[in-house]
Amino acid sequence: MAGALRPEDRPISPHLSVWRWHVTMATSILHRLSGIALYGAAILLALWLIAAAAGPETFAQVAPHFTTWYGQVLLYLVVAALAYHLANGIRHLVFDTGLGLTPTDADTSAWFTILFAIAAPIGLWALLSFGG
Amino acid sequence: MRSALGRVRHHGASGEGTGHFIAQRVTSVALALLAPWFAVSAALSIRDGGYLATIDYLSDPVNAVGVILLVAVSLYHMSIGMQEIILDYIHRPFTKITLLLLNAFVPLALGVGAVFAVLSLNFGV
Repeated sequence: MAGALRPEDRPISPHLSVWRWHVTMATSILHRLSGIALYGAAILLALWLIAAAAGPETFAQVAPHFTTWYGQVLLYLVVAALAYHLANGIRHLVFDTGLGLTPTDADTSAWFTILFAIAAPIGLWALLSFGG
Repeated sequence: MRSALGRVRHHGASGEGTGHFIAQRVTSVALALLAPWFAVSAALSIRDGGYLATIDYLSDPVNAVGVILLVAVSLYHMSIGMQEIILDYIHRPFTKITLLLLNAFVPLALGVGAVFAVLSLNFGV
């Protein structure tokens, strides 16, 4: 047969189109997505530090964006991604010890992770606005 | 049971990867401490996002050391994580190798730059 498919072009079995969604599946993919988001955030952190060391003029090109509405939204999302990835990361470390692996326990801890990821950035925002 | 062709093409288990597994767990524990510390302390100290507040924050030796550790450990952790993602989804050889090289070099370059920046702020290079 001429022109056989390369391995990377062959069809694969369906996944997202056929599996019923459940919370542990969601937390797993969210862990990866939040990790990717934090990859970008870490790059921004490094650039922010480099800009600060480069002097006030360079910093002035970077810093004002953080006090705009979109900058605040971005920071909020970064904190949410961090909170999620942190909570789910701890959940995975607990799994590594062998605890909490039953479906019931895994579902419960999954919901707590999601709850933490919603509550933590709100908590930090409240701390900044009303505390300190 | 392995065919001769499979052996030549390096099919089957790689026999390595435990090192990365352990490194991810160890860096996770470190980041579980460093990241929340930085998020809260930097947010509280640099509220206006201004230049002076930022320099003041980074001139404190505790903050400087913490930030250097955070940057180094984060970039290592994220590079390992991203390598797994690339290997999961990208199979075309040219794209895969390009992305793996970028994932190896960009975090390293930014990490060295950021550490240099924090040091130069404190020691006036």
